[in-house]
Amino acid sequence: MVISTEGLSFTFGKQQVVKSLALQVPEGSIYGFLGPNGAGKTTAIKLLLNLLKPDAGNINIFELDIKTNRINILSKIGSLIEQPALYQHLTGRENLLNRALLLQVPAQRVEDMLDLVQLTHAANKKAGQYSLGMKQRLGIALALLADPKLLILDEPTNGLDPNGIIEIRELLKKLVAQHGKTVFISSHLLAEIERMATHVGIINNGAMLFQGSIADLQAISKPLVRIEAENTVDAANLLTRNHINVTEVTDDHLTIPYISKQQMGDINTLLNKGGQTVYSIGKQQKDLEKLFLDITQSA
Amino acid sequence: MKGFILSFRSEFYKSRKTLGFWASVILPLLIGVLLFIGFYTKSEKLTSMPPMMLWLQFAGAILGIMGSLVLPMYIIFIAYSVNSIEHRADTWKTLFNLPIPRWSVYAAKFFYAVFLVFMCLALFVLFTIGFGNLLSIVKPELRFDDFHMEKELAQIYFKLFLSSLGILSIQFLLSLFWADFLKPMGIGFVCTIAGVVAATKGWEYSYLFPYAHPMAAISSMLKNNHGDPSHSLQIDVFTKDVFVSMALALVVFITGYFIVQRKSVK
Repeated sequence: MVISTEGLSFTFGKQQVVKSLALQVPEGSIYGFLGPNGAGKTTAIKLLLNLLKPDAGNINIFELDIKTNRINILSKIGSLIEQPALYQHLTGRENLLNRALLLQVPAQRVEDMLDLVQLTHAANKKAGQYSLGMKQRLGIALALLADPKLLILDEPTNGLDPNGIIEIRELLKKLVAQHGKTVFISSHLLAEIERMATHVGIINNGAMLFQGSIADLQAISKPLVRIEAENTVDAANLLTRNHINVTEVTDDHLTIPYISKQQMGDINTLLNKGGQTVYSIGKQQKDLEKLFLDITQSA
Repeated sequence: MKGFILSFRSEFYKSRKTLGFWASVILPLLIGVLLFIGFYTKSEKLTSMPPMMLWLQFAGAILGIMGSLVLPMYIIFIAYSVNSIEHRADTWKTLFNLPIPRWSVYAAKFFYAVFLVFMCLALFVLFTIGFGNLLSIVKPELRFDDFHMEKELAQIYFKLFLSSLGILSIQFLLSLFWADFLKPMGIGFVCTIAGVVAATKGWEYSYLFPYAHPMAAISSMLKNNHGDPSHSLQIDVFTKDVFVSMALALVVFITGYFIVQRKSVK
């Protein structure tokens, strides 16, 4: 495990923000750390980076205890926490050169990073004049500067346009696949994480609700049959009269719990015989978005 | 030690384009130029003065305001500016998760502020000497070149430097914890006025109050030479207010380190 914590707890004043968190982040994974705003994600990340001192619990990163190996561990982590921290009066390149100086990284690496996040053309512009997306990209360049083994990114796609989000996603996938990095990425957007994560941890009110691989998460979600019909309300009534449980009806589709292929065929026949025009019928995994809501609300 | 040097260099790199850095150059230059102009335009009144008196007038004009107001206010500003760079950019969190010991980051910042004050005061010495000699070239009737007090000037400013360390350490800590300028500035300003009053009214314990130290440094700089005119310009650097200032700086610096060590970075 690249990151493993036990009983990690933290209290701000009287409010317990992180409750006995046990993170398990395997090497070479993209670990999506999910939770609504205010769930305790940023606090947990600050604990991992030793910016906050936990009230209780242990943090091991690269199998080393952070309390006794702080410098060694931090030298292998690149991080981006909340908004990227940039010196507004320095240019993009100067921001990187300053960090390169501190991390003793050759200046050529700065040019490589500018190129990687496509900021070479704006390298001599003051960071204060950057757009939000450019700031975010510069923040990622800063995190990657020392070629860290572990990247900890707190909502890195905040403020990026769809193109920017895709670029970051592809970049992270590439870093894991080709360079053997591990990425720990937090987000409140499930759809975003779903597209790249190999592992997921879901947190709400400081407590872990689910942790496992993306496949595990999908396995606990029950599949559904999604039916597109001309008149969904009539179709739903017809099915209900035939003792079939309809879970959702919208203007253009309805869903029922999936049992078997045979059941799907029977429903299709039933609807056709009942005079309903069916546009499409198919098995569907429960949307991760819904699953996420289910998990966070049931807790 | 390596972490300290890296952090110190980074402090310079970050601040070299800010007013905080340039104020340390501009302040002595500006005051030097103003004084030069003043002496140049009023030279006819000064030609009768002996060279030593000329120098004392010239250097004394700066030192007078230096101890009471300029130096404390400048220190408040410097202590603020080295910390505000991080407050404004929200970079404390990145500074403290660098693979560099926390004490290096903290100490480098503190010593960079000390360095700026030192540089500023060194430039005051340089510009005072430089503009004085320049006056004797452009106005040969002003006999600045017939007397030398480089050593004494350096001693006076070194004394000022040491006496400013107490204020600097306190203001540094205040600016480290408060992001806004008004709190450290307000406290510093009130304390400076109290210090000036304490020092000028000759309060017997004013040497214990750091904000009175620059003023005390000026008034205690001449050695009591019991009327021996041959030693009329002997500078007493290490007076008790200077020792108090240095001791206080050391204590506050170490206390600050323990606070930073325990402090959570929001």
